[in-house]
Amino acid sequence: MAYSATADEHHDAHHDGPAPGLMRWVTTTNHKDLGTLYLWFSLIMFFVGGSMALVIRAELFQPGLSLVQPEFFNQMTTMHALIMIFGAVMPAFVGLANWLLPMMIGAPDMALPRVNNWGFWILPFAFTLLLSTLFMPGGAPALGWTMYPPLVLQTGEAFPFLILSIHLMGISSIMGAINIVATILNMRAPGMTLMKMPLFVWSWLITAYLLIAVMPVLAGAVTMLFTDKFFGTAFFSAAGGGDPVLFQHIFWFFGHPEVYILILPAFGIISHIIPAFCRKPLFGKASMVYAMAAIAFLSFIVWAHHMFTVGMPLAAALFFMFATMLIAVPTGVKIFNWLATMWRSAMTFETPMLFALGFVFMFTIGGLSGLMLAIVPADFQYHDSYFVVAHFHYVLVPGSVFAIMAGVYYWLPKWTGVMYSEVLGKLHFWLTTIFVNLTFFPMHFIGLAGMPRRIPDYALQFTTFNQMATVGAIGFGLSQLIFLYIVIRSVSRAGEKASDRVWEGSEGLEFEVPSPAPYHTFTTPPAVR
Amino acid sequence: MAHASDYKNVYYVPHGSYWPMVGSVGLFLLAGGFAMALNGHGVGSWVSIAGAATLLVMVFGWFRDVINESVAGLYNAQVERTYRWAMGWFIFSEGMFFGAFFGALFYARTFAISWLGGEGEKGLTGNLLWPDFAATWPTAGPLELGGEFIAMGAWGLPAINTAILLTSSWTLTIAHHAIKEDNRQKVINWLAATVALGVIFLFIQGYEYVHAYQDLNLTLESGIYGSTFFMLTGFHGLHVTLGAIILAVILIRLIKGHMSADNHFAFEAGAWYWHFVDVVWVGVFIFVYIL
Repeated sequence: MAYSATADEHHDAHHDGPAPGLMRWVTTTNHKDLGTLYLWFSLIMFFVGGSMALVIRAELFQPGLSLVQPEFFNQMTTMHALIMIFGAVMPAFVGLANWLLPMMIGAPDMALPRVNNWGFWILPFAFTLLLSTLFMPGGAPALGWTMYPPLVLQTGEAFPFLILSIHLMGISSIMGAINIVATILNMRAPGMTLMKMPLFVWSWLITAYLLIAVMPVLAGAVTMLFTDKFFGTAFFSAAGGGDPVLFQHIFWFFGHPEVYILILPAFGIISHIIPAFCRKPLFGKASMVYAMAAIAFLSFIVWAHHMFTVGMPLAAALFFMFATMLIAVPTGVKIFNWLATMWRSAMTFETPMLFALGFVFMFTIGGLSGLMLAIVPADFQYHDSYFVVAHFHYVLVPGSVFAIMAGVYYWLPKWTGVMYSEVLGKLHFWLTTIFVNLTFFPMHFIGLAGMPRRIPDYALQFTTFNQMATVGAIGFGLSQLIFLYIVIRSVSRAGEKASDRVWEGSEGLEFEVPSPAPYHTFTTPPAVR
Repeated sequence: MAHASDYKNVYYVPHGSYWPMVGSVGLFLLAGGFAMALNGHGVGSWVSIAGAATLLVMVFGWFRDVINESVAGLYNAQVERTYRWAMGWFIFSEGMFFGAFFGALFYARTFAISWLGGEGEKGLTGNLLWPDFAATWPTAGPLELGGEFIAMGAWGLPAINTAILLTSSWTLTIAHHAIKEDNRQKVINWLAATVALGVIFLFIQGYEYVHAYQDLNLTLESGIYGSTFFMLTGFHGLHVTLGAIILAVILIRLIKGHMSADNHFAFEAGAWYWHFVDVVWVGVFIFVYIL
């Protein structure tokens, strides 16, 4: 994609740098500042949620209660999930969107810069509310992030904080998503037609639509929990004519699109990185767009596969089983296209490419175990076992998290102007990959053998695999300190100077501007041919 | 701040603003205070009120900035398109919020109640636990939570209220045509009529609630019927309130001479919102009151 950079020189008084001092970060309306804030917030939450995972794994190192009480164990599983989903992965993708979308489409900034600021700054407050529950009588919420009634209604003082913090996160997500849709639909440089848009932009357009459609549904679901608890409604009480299963339906109507919210931007990132390091265009770009749109559509009609065991009518179970399996088709198209891009290409294996390759292989493992879970009679066996834990961690950790890390390695030189250490990056990749498999692969076996999830104790025969998983988790956690070191080094501008192109095969408007990218890019739009 | 003329071909990107931070602190206090109050800590109510006040200050200040920027001519056509997209998708998200509650109503009526009444394979549990429960609507469930009640009829005040709200959409459309003709006095009159109809609607809705609580023993605690009735009409009423406030602010701005035949998106956004609230009411009237 070629464009002329001529218009970029003459700027008016508006083209000023960041405000001095710390207030810059409070009042900023700059998409790059906000992207940075989102990414740092995400990284902090990644470590907070990760340390909770280590508490879980430490307790599970041996059978019997060894380190923590069961209530606290359940608080850790619940908080780990909420923090990783809403605090780490989603803000990381929004941070990448903030940094990249305006540069990729040739826009001066996000469409609604002040709303952008608000969307970010709600998050630290929302997570303060959520994390404060750890210190309350009764402790943090302990029912799992899915918050099923009636049990969740027995949560102590944490309950209103849980519900209201989710409301705040939802407000933040909806504002962010509306901003992203408005940016993509309204801020593209002249000549950038929809089908010329880079795939990360496409993936975010579809993701933002999913967010706007389902975050309000989550808000509705938790509002019903809230009124059931405090104001005497009977949505989820059979005695009053309601139904606890109703909550599961509404929750998963949100929840299944939500899991695609956590993976579609990853697809976008991978679709940038693989072509760059294969030095050839992505195979089948249009089909990638249609595949993401198809996945997004299907995500609305498969929710009940999370709840096959509640005893739904047979016709419903069959419908949700087949609809779920249908998702394998567009997902298969994407995997095929990535592999076809690599086919007979001049590949090199820099860190972003390593993470992208790891993503393709290990996300596929998670996708295939998802297919197994979609089969109703088999799911009756797998449900609520460690097999499910293995499945969704394979799609979320070597899936979403690997894609985020691939993206950070790929664009970090563009943001900071310096190259990270390739040796350290590769070390980080290999340690992470080895440990992530050591952590989650054994969970398939113990799950199939019958170990239930969300339980601090287990039968003796599961010990070895659990010990492997715990060793893997600790190794995985420590390996991320390398990542932290690499990021801090780059942010403090230590390292070789990066070129404007950064990579030999990189494409896109963001690589047409200098490295580091100036505070304001494309105040007047570039012409895209 | 740079001169307005600089921005005619350039998308307006505002400088740093404190309002989002004020808004975040407001939401934090509102939510945190409310949660404390629900846990029985008296100070929570005051924290919550402080949060709401902070939010009001934020809304006032933020919109003042936006209105000033608009009046100063800093917004070009592209900025206006952003507001159109944003308002449209915001209304879509509101629709999904109501969708959750309508979904709960449909699920309860179609599935949950009939299973509790013993219908089909899943009726076994209901038959064992509550053999005497017959699946009917309206119901407060097998245990008649909240005691016996009388359901709200459709053809008294609710029908009148429906007529009022539909009329308000009509008066608003007349106002909309008038602003396109640049007939300011006509806009002001018809918009004032719209706001007045909205306020009358709210009064009647409030009267209906009093009637429900005092005469019909129909409360929020009247099982699934009371839950869906009050949550759907209640959230709808909140949206009417918000819509009426939006239109009232627009009315004040029109009286002050803001907006023109070709620059009145604030008016249109308020109108979209009002028509949306109206459409939701038609759904509420059909599915909550009539059926």
